[in-house]
Amino acid sequence: MADKVLMKGNEAIAEAAIIAGCRHYFGYPITPQTEIAAYMAKRMPKIGGTFLQAESELAAISMVYGVSSCGYRVMTSSSSPGISLKSEGLSYLAGADLPALVVNVQRGGPGLGGIQPSQSDYFQATRGGGHGDYHMIVLAPASVQEMAELTVKGFELADKYRMTSMILADGTMGQMMEPVALDLKVNPAPEKPWATTGTKLSRKHNIVNSLSLVPEELESQNFARFERYKTVEENETMYEEYMTEDAEIIIAAFGIAARVSKNAINAARREGIKVGLIRPITLWPFPKAPFARAAKTAKAMISVELSMGQMIEDVKLASECRVPVTLCNRAGGMIPSPEQVLEAIRAAAKNGGNK
Amino acid sequence: MPMERKRIVLFSGHYGSGKTNIAVNLAVEEKKKREKVAIADLDIVNPYFRSKDSMALFEENGIDFICSPYANSNVDIPALPQEMYAIVDKKDVFTVVDVGGDDRGALALGRLTPAILEENNYESLMVINGYRPLTRTPEDTVEVMREIEMASGIPFTGLVNNSNLGGETTAQTVLDSLAYAGEVSKLSNLPIVFTSVREDLLSELSGKIDNLFPLVLQKGAL
Repeated sequence: MADKVLMKGNEAIAEAAIIAGCRHYFGYPITPQTEIAAYMAKRMPKIGGTFLQAESELAAISMVYGVSSCGYRVMTSSSSPGISLKSEGLSYLAGADLPALVVNVQRGGPGLGGIQPSQSDYFQATRGGGHGDYHMIVLAPASVQEMAELTVKGFELADKYRMTSMILADGTMGQMMEPVALDLKVNPAPEKPWATTGTKLSRKHNIVNSLSLVPEELESQNFARFERYKTVEENETMYEEYMTEDAEIIIAAFGIAARVSKNAINAARREGIKVGLIRPITLWPFPKAPFARAAKTAKAMISVELSMGQMIEDVKLASECRVPVTLCNRAGGMIPSPEQVLEAIRAAAKNGGNK
Repeated sequence: MPMERKRIVLFSGHYGSGKTNIAVNLAVEEKKKREKVAIADLDIVNPYFRSKDSMALFEENGIDFICSPYANSNVDIPALPQEMYAIVDKKDVFTVVDVGGDDRGALALGRLTPAILEENNYESLMVINGYRPLTRTPEDTVEVMREIEMASGIPFTGLVNNSNLGGETTAQTVLDSLAYAGEVSKLSNLPIVFTSVREDLLSELSGKIDNLFPLVLQKGAL
């Protein structure tokens, strides 16, 4: 039989985590990401790993903190309301410089909202979510294959920079089924000399903590952390460009919105409209360079989002407001149709950049 | 699919095995031959994909639809419809039942099990896909099968080979799955009642596989 398997996005994340060496998963069920927990419940006991359904999202993220302190690859997953509950833990992980993988398969909000797909946690993910000055590496897959690949990447980046990596997917990505090749290349976890693995009476105690009461020390920790973030911005930004070479109109879209946009772009190209796509794969660090480049030649940009317009702010900043940026969106669990995006492209082409 | 169907046809399987699609297609197909056909959605597990999405199709074809009054609404809770008793009460209606995924989904069927067994005019079919990650080996598939039987209290009577790779499925994909399906059949001592394939693959595969059942794919909630 073929090497590929037919997987839901959620299953691809779970299996890729196992392939990446993750043997500890803590979670709490919530639609539309429950298959991650269900998959881990089935698989982890068979490979000597730990699956634990915590009593709450707060407990789960705290368990992640504990296992990460011991130096192991560890993950948790949830959907929007559950990620809000985990926010305290995310801030603590950042304060303790602990690597972890956190998955958010977004649903419509705010509040309990609905269970259908959304991208309205963009601000929460890219600006930190919890309190304090910090960032997470935010990865936005646009296929089930990428759900798997970015999960591995997420673990590697988390270990490399001692940060939390977040997979920011949406309900569609979690639920849709596509064939996946699972021959993923994995870099083993690096040495973690800071981990609390027992001194064996041969070294000083390692302490993992996010409390730092001396302001001078806390300030220097913050400065050092942001130096590290700068390195991440320089080295780890990822994006895809589609038909941008001659594009007069640039669409910015990630995840499911990028797939819808590609269909619309193909249709617009048949009408002779020069339009292309910049798809951020890392939402933080945001791929500023391709937008800055495109802003020199493009007449207009369109941000296609499953939210009331969040990434559009980063698009405006990256393009330094040189060209008008319009929003093409649906919210609350609805997905823009290719026709809606095509209409937005036609309107931008007609206005020629004039708002 | 030349075989005569029993009055109640139950479709169970691992989630994502294709139960809902097959159930919907069988209901439409049988409606061409019979007066009274119903389809029941007992899937209380996954509110993302359910037969309610094919509502228009059922109305168009005059197929009775039994599902939770809350499905796809604001209170999409694991509730079962009181109408579910029609499955066992209306003995003149051919009824296809879309059972929820895995053992948890099958648990909901338990309420009807005594009546189904008493009437003894049912088929319980396990839908299998050897390309799904948790049912890739015949052994794992049989394990899931036993878990479902334990939960529903109804032993399976046959298998449906629905092995596919989604949009990348070719005739070869299906042919490559025959050995797997055969092994599941051997291990479970159950016949492969039919092999379901996307309708455009039918001509390429006919003559090569017995009892092919063509599928018109239903659009999901997305």
